[in-house]
Amino acid sequence: MTDNLSFSDLGAADPTTEPFWQACVERRLTVQRCTACGSHQFYPRPFCLSCEATELEWVGAKGSGTIYSLTTVRMPVSEDLAPPYLLALVDLDEGPRLLTNIEAESAGIGDRVTVAWRRRDGLPPLPVFRLSAG
Amino acid sequence: MPHILTASPVYIVGAAETPLGKVLDQSELSMVALAAKEALGEAGLGLRDVDALFTNYMGEEGSVQLGEYLGVRPRYAESSDMGGASFEFFVHHAMTAIATGRCDVALIAYASRQRSRRNRKKAAAALDGSLSAQFETPYGIHFPIGHYALSAARYMHQYGATPEHLAEIAVAARQWAGLNPKAWVRDPLTIEEVMASPMLCDPLRKLDCCLVTDGGGAIVVARKDRARDAAKRPVRVLGAGESHVQWHVAQCPDLTVTPGVASGREAFAMAGVKPGDVDVFEPYDNFTHAVLLYLEDLGFCGKGEAGAFVSEGRLRPGGSLPSMTSGGGLSYCHPGALGILLLIEAVRQLRGEAGDRQVPGAEIAVAHGTGGLAFSTASTVVLARD
Repeated sequence: MTDNLSFSDLGAADPTTEPFWQACVERRLTVQRCTACGSHQFYPRPFCLSCEATELEWVGAKGSGTIYSLTTVRMPVSEDLAPPYLLALVDLDEGPRLLTNIEAESAGIGDRVTVAWRRRDGLPPLPVFRLSAG
Repeated sequence: MPHILTASPVYIVGAAETPLGKVLDQSELSMVALAAKEALGEAGLGLRDVDALFTNYMGEEGSVQLGEYLGVRPRYAESSDMGGASFEFFVHHAMTAIATGRCDVALIAYASRQRSRRNRKKAAAALDGSLSAQFETPYGIHFPIGHYALSAARYMHQYGATPEHLAEIAVAARQWAGLNPKAWVRDPLTIEEVMASPMLCDPLRKLDCCLVTDGGGAIVVARKDRARDAAKRPVRVLGAGESHVQWHVAQCPDLTVTPGVASGREAFAMAGVKPGDVDVFEPYDNFTHAVLLYLEDLGFCGKGEAGAFVSEGRLRPGGSLPSMTSGGGLSYCHPGALGILLLIEAVRQLRGEAGDRQVPGAEIAVAHGTGGLAFSTASTVVLARD
């Protein structure tokens, strides 16, 4: 990957999400933080959903979170994923909720999870989650 | 003081289904034309009387394409995409337009051949630059079963609803379908059979999910004096409400609550009735657990109580809250957007013309639509026998 590769050009990103995907290349999970009220948000917007301020910065997320909901997909949906697999909503400790996969045989709502990365051909690594140790 | 939208009463003066099921001898436009002619005919009206046109899913600039086909040049028009609930939204908007003098005769219509065309998409395109393509598609979420499964799983976890509670919804719908000659599937169904059907996305099994069929319909909204020659009894629109929330499932703060809370509150307040007054309930039964959420959000029971509420057959024929009386999206017809058929069935029940499935003495009916991905949109319409 070169520094000037534009994921927007690939259709993998848009100009507002490009910083997120660029960080994914380095396997860093990032979210927006409002410099006025301190709230975190994802996906990115040019304003804060909480206080409507327009100064936001990209910050690294700890990468830990809790499963809010979970389903096992048992039907074919994507050529890239062979069922069954776990599809989940994960609440990051910073607040934002992500749709993701849990790379495990089974998991439950409320389980603690940690970010992991799935390689993709020609696209930035995709943030997925694994059950946290202990 | 009456609500400004109901100070001069508005009525559904005509209602008709398109051909249903698997439709090979019509186009979507010709299906709509047949239903529109029948619905207008009930009201003693013709296409020339239509001055407002509302549609969804009829192609780009849908009301323009449909208007051309029907020879209608409306002075009020809308092709808002509110998913399957669009038609309840349209009743609300037609009330507003009629009350403010923007139109007199509103035609609301839709048809789909999603079954015959096999064109129902499973996911957003992988690389279209959309937020869905970036943050949903790579994880293999089925549109919309995956979204609704995440809602159902959270709901069951949070409130202890059981697979039997979900299955009861499918069984109730099927019992009604058995009384409706137009229903797509009419064979008897048991709780055990629902729970033995293949799991698609836990906890949703095949028989927790609605049908994929062709179909549609048309309704006509007007003041009563515009339908003096009506062949059939007009049904009064007592109230309507609407709301929408998230599109992307991760943006929903609470997947156990739907925008029906807001749409129901507004509709009941405008109508001046309470959930306990409702004789017939036509919920958008795209998935079994969805009906449980609607019952709670519209106030038929408390939050988390719908499983127990339905488990004594309350929604079945002979129950105290007859619901999905056509057989619903689960057993009668689900043409991609069910909302138009909920209104038509409510009208049939209030006119007393529902045949073997007629709810005796039905005076107040509620059609409650939802749309989008895991309860993105909601609109509630309260109707009454005049």
